[in-house]
Amino acid sequence: MTPERTSHTFIVLVEDLPGALNRVVSLFRRRVVNIDSLTVGRTERSGVSRITLVVRADANAARLLEANLYKLVDVIEVRDVTAEPVVVREMAFVKLGAQFRGEVMQMCDVFRARVVDLGPASITVESTGSQDKIDGLIEALKPFGIVELVRTGAVAIARGPISPEVQT
Amino acid sequence: MALQLETEPKHAEEDAPSPRRTGAQLLWEALVREGVEVVFGYPGGAIMPAYDAMPAYPIRHVLVRHEQGASHMADGYARASGKVGVAVATSGPGATNLVTGIATAMLDSSPVVCITGQVASPGLGTDAFQEIDTTGITLPITKHNYLVTKAADIPATIREAFHVARSGRPGPVLVDITKDAQQAAVESVQLSPPHRPRNGKRRSVRTEMLDKAAELIDGAKRPVILAGHGVMMAGATRALRELAERSDIPVAQTLLGLGGFPATHPLSLGMMGMHGEAWVNFAVQQSDLLVALGMRFDDRVTGNTKTFAVGAKKIHAEIDPSEIDKTVKVDVALVGDVAVTLEELLSRVKPRDRGPWRKHIAGLKGEAAVRDIVSLPDDGRLYAAHVMHDLWRLTKGNALVVTDVGQHQMWEAQYYRHDHPRKLITSGGLGTMGFALPAAMGARFAFPDDEIWVIAGDGGFQMTAAELSTCAQEGLKLNVAVINNGYLGMVRQWQQFFYGGRYIATPLKSPDFVKLAEAHGLCGLRVDRRADLPNAVEKARAERGTVIIDFRVEAEDSVYPMVPAAADLHDMIRRPSPIEETPYDS
Ligand SMILES: Cc1ncc(C[n+]2csc(CCOP(=O)(O)OP(=O)(O)O)c2C)c(N)n1
Ligand SMILES: [Mg+2]
Repeated sequence: MTPERTSHTFIVLVEDLPGALNRVVSLFRRRVVNIDSLTVGRTERSGVSRITLVVRADANAARLLEANLYKLVDVIEVRDVTAEPVVVREMAFVKLGAQFRGEVMQMCDVFRARVVDLGPASITVESTGSQDKIDGLIEALKPFGIVELVRTGAVAIARGPISPEVQT
Repeated sequence: MALQLETEPKHAEEDAPSPRRTGAQLLWEALVREGVEVVFGYPGGAIMPAYDAMPAYPIRHVLVRHEQGASHMADGYARASGKVGVAVATSGPGATNLVTGIATAMLDSSPVVCITGQVASPGLGTDAFQEIDTTGITLPITKHNYLVTKAADIPATIREAFHVARSGRPGPVLVDITKDAQQAAVESVQLSPPHRPRNGKRRSVRTEMLDKAAELIDGAKRPVILAGHGVMMAGATRALRELAERSDIPVAQTLLGLGGFPATHPLSLGMMGMHGEAWVNFAVQQSDLLVALGMRFDDRVTGNTKTFAVGAKKIHAEIDPSEIDKTVKVDVALVGDVAVTLEELLSRVKPRDRGPWRKHIAGLKGEAAVRDIVSLPDDGRLYAAHVMHDLWRLTKGNALVVTDVGQHQMWEAQYYRHDHPRKLITSGGLGTMGFALPAAMGARFAFPDDEIWVIAGDGGFQMTAAELSTCAQEGLKLNVAVINNGYLGMVRQWQQFFYGGRYIATPLKSPDFVKLAEAHGLCGLRVDRRADLPNAVEKARAERGTVIIDFRVEAEDSVYPMVPAAADLHDMIRRPSPIEETPYDS
C-alpha cells in the first residue's frame, strides 16, 4: 500500500552563490529522489537565482522535501506549485536529417514549432510548450529520423500578479 | 597550565600603526567578538597564518592529538555551555579528520563552528598539496558551510557562521579559509548584521493548533509526554515541569532528553525506546495521547512505526518543520520554539488528576522492578549497572556525565538518574565511539569546577585515548571510568541475540589502562569487586589530575530490556530473572 507518487513542480529561489545549486541537488540525491528536470537562471532581482525542479514523489515526501529545502541557508523561498494555477513551459531543439524536410516542416506547422536551422544535410526545429506538447512533437518527428534532441526541462510561473517571494 | 596566553603580540606589523589588518587577524577579532574563549585545534601549512596571529588575542588554544578530538571537544563544549564551540584544523587531512566530529554534532543539533585552512586560492581545484574539497565533503554534514577566498569577507562570514550555528535548530557550520585570504592585509571592513536566515522562513504556531492541542491534553485519559533534546536546547525545562504537573502527565524521555525533566520526580518514567525500561515502553504503547516535545521520533525511540502507539493521538511540538510527519504521522503539529509553545499550552490547559493512569503505570513498574539488576543481591561480581548506580549514589546525581557509545552508554542512561539539564552528554544520533573523552574535555572548559565523569567502553575509549596526553598537557581534571568487559559489548550482545552467539571480531584485548594512565603521568586505578568501588571513586575525586579507573565488569552481561531493531516497541527481550548465568551464592 505505497502512497501514490505523482509529479511535483517546485519553484525554489536561492541566493546566486557558488554551491547553492549543489546543496539543493544534494538534498534530493541523499534521499534517493531522481530529479526529472531542473532549470536554473537569474531573476528580476540581482543576487537571486530561480530553480524550477520537477520530481516524482508522494504527497508527504513532497512536503518533507519542501521543508528540507527551506532549511538550506541559501534558499530564500520554496513553493510546491503542483496544485496551483501556474504556466509551465519547456523548450526543445530537434535535429533531423534533411531527406524528409517537407514532412518535417508540415509537422512544425501542426505543432507550431519553428525551423531554426536548415542546411543541405539537416533541419533543426525549435518548440516551446507544455511537456505534453513537446512529447507529442517528438513522437510525431520520430519516423523522420531524429539525430539529436535537447530539452531544457520545465520552467514555471504563477498566473496572476503574485510572485513566490511576496507570498509567505 | 602549560599554555599561557601571550599578552603582547610579537608581530612586525605591530610597530607600524597601520589600520590594515591581515585576514588572520580579522579572523581572531571576529572570534573574540563572538565571545569565543577557547578553541580546539591542530596546525598545518594552510592554517599557519592564522596560528601565527593567534597569540595576540585573548583566546586559549588547546592542542589536540587528532582533529577528530578537536571537533568532539568543540561539540562537548557547546553541549555543556549552550554556546558555540570552535574547532580549527588545516586543509586536506586536517579537515577530513574533523569529519566524524562534525557529523556527530550535526546529528545531535550541536552548535559548532569549524575553521579550516585551505590552500591559496590559485591552487583551488588543482590537486595542490593538501588540497581537498572541504566544503564539498562537509556539505551534507553541516548546517551550512563557506569557502572564503578574500580577507575582507572573513568578519561577516564568521558572524554569519555563528548566527547560523546557534539559531533555529542549531548545528555545525564550517568556514574554509584560503591561505591567501588569511595573509592578505586589508583596510578595516564594515560589518553588517547577518542577513540570513531570511525572515520569510519564520513561522509561528497557529492559535487553532494550540487550542486543539490543549483540548486533546485536557480530554486524554492516558497521556504521556515524550521529552527530547529540544526541551533543553530551548531552555524549556521549567515549562515542561509545569505542564507535566498541572496536567498530571507522566514524562518519558529520549536518550538526549535525559535531564530535561528530573529523573527523581514522581512523574518521571525514564528513558523510552530500544533500551527503555519496560514500563516506559508499555506506557507509551498503551497511551491515548502522546505529547512529543523537541524530539524527532528516531527509529531507536519508536521501534516499528506501524505499531507505535497506535491508540494514541499525537501532538508534536518541534522547531524543525521537516521533522513533522517524517516517520510518525501526528494529529497536531506545533512548529516553533518549544519553550514558546509550552508557555502557550500552559495558558490553555486545565489542571487534572490522572490517578488511575498513574496507578496503572506504577503497576507496570512494580512488575519490571523485580527484574531490575539494581534490586538483585550483590553476588560479589562487578556488573556495569552496579557501577552506574553506585556512581550516581556517590556523586549524589550531580556530576556531569559524558558517555561513549555501547552497552555502558545504555546502562548509564538507565541507572544514572539525571535531575538537571545539560548534565548528560552523549552521542545519540550518530552513535560515535570515541566521543566521550574529547567531548568531556570540551565540557571541562564550559564548567571549570564541576565534577565530570567520562564513562567509556574499553573499545570506544581506545578510539580517542590519544587525547589523554592533551588532558595531561592542559592540566585538565576528569574522572574516567572505563567499563572494561573485554568485548565490543553492544555488538557482542547483538551477536548473542541475533547471530547465533558467534562472537566474530568482538573480543577485545586492551592495554593495561592503569599503566596507560601512568604513562601519561596520570593516576590509574583498578576495580574488580563492587566493594572496592567507593574507595576508588573517593581516590579519583581527590586526585588533582585526570584519573582512569579500569572497571573489570562482567564480560558477557547484556543490556535489558531490548527492543530488537524495527520490532514493536512492546516486544522486548527481558532480563532473565533471576540472572540465570550468575547464580546467587549466599
Ligand atoms: C566509530 C564507531 N564504530 C563502530 C560502531 C559500532 N558499535 C556500536 S557499539 C560498539 C561496541 C562498543 O564497545 P565498547 O566501547 O567496548 O563498549 P561496550 O558496548 O562494551 O560497553 C560498536 C563497535 C560505532 N558506534 N562507532
Ligand atoms: Mg567493551
